Amino acid sequence: MSVIYVLLPIAFALGIAAVWAFVRATRAGQFDDLETPAHRILHDHEGDELPSEEK
Amino acid sequence: MSPLTSTIEAESSPQAATCAHCGLPVPPGLIEPTAAEQFCCLGCRAVRAAIESCGLGNYYRLKATDASVAPANPSGRAFADLDEESFLDRHAPKLTEGVRWTELYLEGVHCSACVWLLEKLPRVVAGVIEARLELRRAILRVTWDERTTSLSAIARTLDSFGYTPHAGRDIEARAARQREDRRFLIRIGVAGAGAGNVMLLAFALYGGFLHGMEGEYTRLFRWTSMVIGLVVLLWPGSLFFRGAWAALRTRSAHLDLPIGIGLAAGAIAGTVNTVLDRGEIYFDSLTGLVFLLLVGRFVQRRLERRAADAVETLFSLTPSFARIREGDKIREVPAVALMPGQIAEVRPGESFPADGIVSDRETLANLSLLTGESRPVPVRVGDAVFSGAVNMSRVVLVRITATGRATRVGKLLALIEECSRRKAPIVQLADRIAGWFTVTAIGLSAATLVTWLFIDPRRAVDHAVSLLIVSCPCGLGLATPFAVSVALGRAARARILIKGGEILEKLAGRSSTAGVLFLDKTGTLTDERLTVVAWREDPEQASPQLRAWVAALESQSAHPIAHAFASETASAKVHAVLTATHDAGIEGTIDGHTLLVGADRFVRRGMSKTLLWADQARAEFTTQQLTPVFVALDGRLAAAFGVGGGLRADAKQTVREFQRRGLRVEILSGDEPDTVLAVGHALGLAPEHCHGALAPEDKVKAIESAKREGPVFMVGDGVNDAAALSAATVGIAVHGGAEASLAAADVYLGRPGVAALVDLFTGAARTLSVIRRCLMVSLGYNAIAATLAVTGVVNALQAAILMPVASFTVLGMALWMRTFAPSNETASCR
Repeated sequence: MSVIYVLLPIAFALGIAAVWAFVRATRAGQFDDLETPAHRILHDHEGDELPSEEK
Repeated sequence: MSPLTSTIEAESSPQAATCAHCGLPVPPGLIEPTAAEQFCCLGCRAVRAAIESCGLGNYYRLKATDASVAPANPSGRAFADLDEESFLDRHAPKLTEGVRWTELYLEGVHCSACVWLLEKLPRVVAGVIEARLELRRAILRVTWDERTTSLSAIARTLDSFGYTPHAGRDIEARAARQREDRRFLIRIGVAGAGAGNVMLLAFALYGGFLHGMEGEYTRLFRWTSMVIGLVVLLWPGSLFFRGAWAALRTRSAHLDLPIGIGLAAGAIAGTVNTVLDRGEIYFDSLTGLVFLLLVGRFVQRRLERRAADAVETLFSLTPSFARIREGDKIREVPAVALMPGQIAEVRPGESFPADGIVSDRETLANLSLLTGESRPVPVRVGDAVFSGAVNMSRVVLVRITATGRATRVGKLLALIEECSRRKAPIVQLADRIAGWFTVTAIGLSAATLVTWLFIDPRRAVDHAVSLLIVSCPCGLGLATPFAVSVALGRAARARILIKGGEILEKLAGRSSTAGVLFLDKTGTLTDERLTVVAWREDPEQASPQLRAWVAALESQSAHPIAHAFASETASAKVHAVLTATHDAGIEGTIDGHTLLVGADRFVRRGMSKTLLWADQARAEFTTQQLTPVFVALDGRLAAAFGVGGGLRADAKQTVREFQRRGLRVEILSGDEPDTVLAVGHALGLAPEHCHGALAPEDKVKAIESAKREGPVFMVGDGVNDAAALSAATVGIAVHGGAEASLAAADVYLGRPGVAALVDLFTGAARTLSVIRRCLMVSLGYNAIAATLAVTGVVNALQAAILMPVASFTVLGMALWMRTFAPSNETASCR
């Protein structure tokens, strides 16, 4: 059972890493707008091939 | 009368055509059989042309075909005020030298095709570096190079695409709010991670409690729980301690107080027990509680913000600059620097920068800001014009009489501010309960402590602490935010935007007093679309089919007045040919007769005889504020009709429903008393309940005096209602209202018509009854748990297991309630 002394710090480290990643993502604004990206991806490349001579 | 001079037959175009821009049906009179694309109005035609010319025609392929949106209506403004240095410095921060960014609120944004189109902006306007749309709030963040393009050019392009832009105000405040949102989210994340981990450890501890566990590992797990638990309580949980402290200092009742006490008692007892290696440690319940309470508050905050954002005043009412004429020279000055006595030049499409008197020629002005009346009114030389009114037709010179806060709009805005400042904040039901709840819990704990000191001194502290913990009002703290946010979310889906949870309580809390419902007339009870209100024929030569003939002829015209006959064209089975369209009327033939329909001067041109009935009809229409239109049949004046805004279809039923519920319904209007009386009569209201000719200030007075008797609900749409809306207990702005009224209102009805009012009141009452039920369950649980703790029947571990059961009962009740029925005409695009 003494393996718990190894496992617990590892679990702790993993947990802290996850929280740190979440904090970073939040500060970078990843969760500011949860609606538009879902729409944006639909037409991500539409019209990229738009020929400039058409104008 | 209209720009269209085609000669098509009314019966020859029965096929349903939809507009190539907005997807709405095209009026039969506008269908062009030869054209590939049909348009419902000139606005849509212009927008489609603009989008195609930029090579972005793909938009129409991406757009959901069943998505019908409002017809486009480019404003055609110059947006020169956006290039003012003072404006840019305040609202468009510099990213680097020469590069600025700002946020623009756009009208008419609705679906993913809009995202695509708007984010292609850098390709259309050279110098735009990036454009990002936030769909939910219709806010476009633009970054542009000042040296290549200007904000006004960007705004004009957006306008030509049919998205009228408005400069966002207070970018700094919005950014600060966003940072705060992020901090809140981080708190929730940390609390959630902590709660999850403590829960895992708690399971191991419970397992050990039942089946035995070596003391060494028990101690390890307990110490680990304590560390995580204290982190959660001191970082994310500090919110509740700060709230409790603030409540203590201001001596006001707040739910944070009992929550803070419960959390603190649990944390101290848990720490002591961990260190002394005895008893219960509580950290699993405490962290879970912090997490759930934070989630509840965040969700409520987001939904309240969403409603507030949607109705925020996003642009100022008055222009920020003015053109001053000095001799022959014209100089641009900021509007704040204007002085009375100066002469300002105002071009068509611009709004008047200050109050003044028109000094050179007559024009048309849209005074909807002050009167709520959207039809332009003629302004003659010597007439007064008001700041914020829009000049519609010609360049005019205005001698300024009042500026800034001295203008009528300025005074009105000051009045709005004052009214909303005086509005007492309502103490929420849960907070009112929290006050005596705290006192009871502390009193009981003290009693328990003293009692047990006599019975069994060793267990006295334990019992007192477990009482404090079980009486921590978690259910109470969760019920209101969850019930309110679920209700606000459902209401928003039914297109009713409510700015805060306490408004639901105000709407529903009128059981003891009857209350008054004040309705504005123009735009609220009546529709802006025109209808034929009165019809008079020559009494000597009445012809029964004349009205059907006029309707058939009008169906081929594009003029707004022609829409007044829209409901009648379906039954018209006649052969009408539109032969000519003039400035002031239309000409056509029908069954071999010639028919002239239009303004007095057009129809009666060349007729010398004055007709008594016609003059009477004209006078009558004018007093009723209807537009008189005359009809000549074969060169003889045959009929006259009055056109005006009609009563909304759902108005009568809605008024009756509220009267049935015991509300007194009255009309407050700025219109002529006669018109108001007529509308009131149609709705079945007593004449003393129809108030006409009221200035915005009078409306406020009427509301203030009614407020002494009970709650007052005001429904309105224009800026002239804004002060009244903020003075009322609950101000409700209706669909299509002016922005100032939206800002002043507590609720915004996003559906046309007033039927949503009934849904609003019903939903609010249901929400409040759900909150009450949740509070009862939670209080009942607390009472039982407290009794058990006092008598010592339940130990702290069992209390810790009971606690989440109560919380989840309350959560379930809040989530599965039926409050606001979803709107049956929900936008397919969202």
